[in-house]
Amino acid sequence: MHANNLLLLLLAFAAAAFYVGRGRANHIAKLAGGSRQLHSLPDYHGHYTALCCGLPAVLLLILWIIFSGHVISAMVLDSLPAGQFLGDPGGRELLANKIANIAQGVLPKANQPAILVAAAEELNRLTQISRWSVTALASCVSLVGLIWARSRITPELQSRPRVEASIKYALFFCACVAVFTTFGIIFSVLFESLQFFQSVPVVDFIFGLEWSPQTAIRDDQVGSSGSFGAVPLFVGTLLVSAVAMVVAVPIGLMSAIFLGEYAHKSVRAYAKPALEVLAGIPTVVYGFFAALTVAPFLRDLGQGYGFSVSSESALAAGLVMGVMIIPFISSLSDDVITAVPQSLRDGSLAMGATHSETVIRVVIPAALPGIVAGIMLAISRAIGETMIVVMASGLAANMTFNPLDSVTTVTVQIVTLLTGDQEFDSPKTLAAFALGLVLFLITLILNIIALKVVKRFREQYE
Amino acid sequence: MNTSATFGVGTPSESDFRDTRDGDMSDIGLTKGHVTVGSVEIQAAKITARGVNIFYGDKQAIHDVNVDIGKNQVIAMIGPSGCGKSTFLRSLNRMNDTIDGCKIEGDIRIDGEDLYSPKLDVVELRARVGMVFQKPNPFPKSIYDNVAYGPKIHGLAETRADLDEMVEKSLRRAGLWDEVKDRLFQAGTGLSGGQQQRLCIARAIAVSPEVILMDEPCSALDPIATARIEELIEELSHNFTIAIVTHNMQQAARVSQRTAYFHLGRLIEVNPTEQVFTNPEHSLTESYITGRFG
Ligand SMILES: Nc1ncnc2c1ncn2[C@@H]1O[C@H](COP(=O)(O)OP(=O)(O)OP(=O)(O)O)[C@@H](O)[C@H]1O
Ligand SMILES: [Mg+2]
Repeated sequence: MHANNLLLLLLAFAAAAFYVGRGRANHIAKLAGGSRQLHSLPDYHGHYTALCCGLPAVLLLILWIIFSGHVISAMVLDSLPAGQFLGDPGGRELLANKIANIAQGVLPKANQPAILVAAAEELNRLTQISRWSVTALASCVSLVGLIWARSRITPELQSRPRVEASIKYALFFCACVAVFTTFGIIFSVLFESLQFFQSVPVVDFIFGLEWSPQTAIRDDQVGSSGSFGAVPLFVGTLLVSAVAMVVAVPIGLMSAIFLGEYAHKSVRAYAKPALEVLAGIPTVVYGFFAALTVAPFLRDLGQGYGFSVSSESALAAGLVMGVMIIPFISSLSDDVITAVPQSLRDGSLAMGATHSETVIRVVIPAALPGIVAGIMLAISRAIGETMIVVMASGLAANMTFNPLDSVTTVTVQIVTLLTGDQEFDSPKTLAAFALGLVLFLITLILNIIALKVVKRFREQYE
Repeated sequence: MNTSATFGVGTPSESDFRDTRDGDMSDIGLTKGHVTVGSVEIQAAKITARGVNIFYGDKQAIHDVNVDIGKNQVIAMIGPSGCGKSTFLRSLNRMNDTIDGCKIEGDIRIDGEDLYSPKLDVVELRARVGMVFQKPNPFPKSIYDNVAYGPKIHGLAETRADLDEMVEKSLRRAGLWDEVKDRLFQAGTGLSGGQQQRLCIARAIAVSPEVILMDEPCSALDPIATARIEELIEELSHNFTIAIVTHNMQQAARVSQRTAYFHLGRLIEVNPTEQVFTNPEHSLTESYITGRFG
C-alpha cells in the first residue's frame, strides 16, 4: 500500500479507536454509576485510545518513509558485482538513480545492460515487499495500541493529563519545525557564503566601495576582473528604505491615529479597507508608476529649481515604496490603538486631559509594541522590495548618499546575479548568498534593536 | 424582587398610567410619573440637576432625576446594582460623552454654569470635576507618573521638587505612600487591585478638583484601607464637594451628609443621611436599607 493511503488508513483506525475508547469509558461509567465516577471524561478516554492507536503506527510509518528507500537501494547495489561502481562514491549514487529510473520506467529497458534491468526488477520486488510489510506492521501496531488502551480504561485511568501532555508535545513539535527550518536556511546560506569568501576576502566584500560583479569567463577576456565591494549596495538599500520610511511612518501612524481615535465608525469602516488596498497593488504596478510618472515628475521639478535629478533616482523609488508600505504601518497600528482599553482613555479624559494629550501620553505608549512591530514589518518590506527599485532607481551601483542620484539595492543585485544561465560555483553567483547573509544579519539586528526599544518604552496594560 | 408585594404603596402623586417597559416596576409600587421624595433642593448647591434623562441608544437608563449637590458636602448615592448610579455620576463630568449612543436630556449646572452648553470647555470642566472609576484604571506607567499625570498636563508644578511633593502628598492622602514609597518608578499596573484603586484616588486628588466623583472607591479595599479612604473623604469634604456611589450602607452613613436612593433609573428619595437611615420617607428606600432586596 502506498504511504499516503496507509496514513489515511491509520487515521481512520485512530478515529475508530476514539469511538471504541469513549464507548468503553461510557460503559464503565454506567457500571460505576455515572461519568462523575471516572477520573477523566469519556471523551478524554476516547482521545487517549486514539492516540495509543495512531501515534506509534504513524511514527513507524515516518521512520519507514525516511529509511526504507536508502536501505532498499543499498541492498540492490550491494547485490551487484563490485566492478559496476566505476570506483568513486559519486558513481554509486548515479548508478542508484539509474536503476531507480529504469525501475519506474522513466528509462526504457530495451537498451540498458541486462544486469541493470535485473537490478531494477529486484528493486521493484523489494519495494513491494517492504510496502506490504509496513502496511501489515503498522496495522498490527495500531490494533495492539487500541486493544491495550481499551483494556487500560478504568475509572482511575488518568487520561486527561496524558492527552493534555500530548497536545503540549504536538505544539512543541510544530514550533521545532519552524525553528529548524529557519536554521536550515541560515546554514545553507552560510555555507554558500563561506564558499564565496574563499574567493573574495570578507573584508573586501564588507568594506569594499566598488561593486562590479562581472568576472571574465574566458582567460583571454580583459577588463572584467570583478570587484565585490558591497558597501554601495547597502548604502543604496538604506537610502531607498530611509526615503520610504520617511514617507510611510508619519503618514501611516497619523492615519492610524485618525482612524482609531478620531474617525467616526462609519468613516473607519470604509477608510481602513481603502487604505489596505494600497498593500494589494502588485509591486510591478508601483514600479512602472514610479518609473513613468514619479521619476520624470521629480526630474522636471528638480530642473525647475536648478537641481540635477537623474531620471532614475532613489527618491522616486523611495517615495513610491513609502506609499506602498503605508498600510503595513497604519493597519497594524490602528488595530493596536483600538485594542487599548477605553478605561485608560476615560481615566485620562477624566483628569482633564484633551483628546490629543490622551492619545500622545496614554494611548500611543500603551500601543507602542504593536506600532513598532508594524514599523519593523514595513522596514523589512522596504529592504526586501525589488521591483520598484529595478524600475525606478536603476542598476548602477553608485556610492552616494544623494537621494537624487540613481542607486541600486541588495535585492536588485541578487536578482541580476541569479537571472540567466549561471555557473553555481562562480564567485558571481555565490555573491548572491553572501549578500543574502548580510541582509539577513541587518534585519536581525534591526529586530533586536526594535525589541530593545519596545522593552525600554513599553507600557503594559492588563 | 418577587417578594415585592409586601413593599407597600408608592408616592401620592402617582397616576394610573403604568410603564410597560420596565416589567417589574409596577410590582414594587413605582410608576412612570414618580416624583422624588425628600429635600431635592438645598441652600448652597454646587451642582444642580433638573429633569435629567439619560439614554443608551433607545434604552433609558435615567428617568427625570432632579437633585442638588451641596457645596463642600458629601452626597452618597445608593441603590441596587444596575439602577443607574454610575450613569448619573458620569453625567456630572460629561464622561458619558465617550460612550457611543449615550444621549442626555435635561439641565445640569455647576456653579450656575450649564454643563451641556456648547460653549462649555469640557477639558476645563473635567479638571474641576475629578472622577474615580468603579474599576481601577491606572495608566500603564510608573506609580509616580500616574500621580504626576494630572499636575503635568495642567502645568501645576513649577519644578521637579514641586512635583515630587505633590505626588507624595497625594499618595499619603490616599493611604498608599508607605506601601509604594520604595517603588515609585515601577509600573502602577503591577499593584494589587486595592492598591490600584488607591492609586487612582491619589491620581484624581493630585489636581485638587473642586468636585470629586467616586464610583464605589472602596469596593476592592480591605477595612483598613477603607477606613483610610473614609478619613480622606471626611478631610476633603471641608474644601471639596464629593459625590460617592457605594453599596456599603455603613459607609454611606459614616461619610455622607445627604443620601440619594436610586431605583430602576429613578431617584426615589434624597434626604439628610441621618433621616434616610433612621426614618426613610419612601417605602422602597426602607426596603433597600433594611436589606430586604437589592
Ligand atoms: N455603555 C452602556 N451601554 C448600554 N447600556 C449601559 C451602558 N452602561 C450602563 N448601561 C445600562 O444602564 C443601566 C445603569 O447602569 P449603571 O452602570 O449606571 O448601573 P449602576 O447603578 O452603576 O450599577 P452597579 O451598582 O452594578 O455599578 C444598566 O441597566 C446598564 O445595563
Ligand atoms: Mg456602577
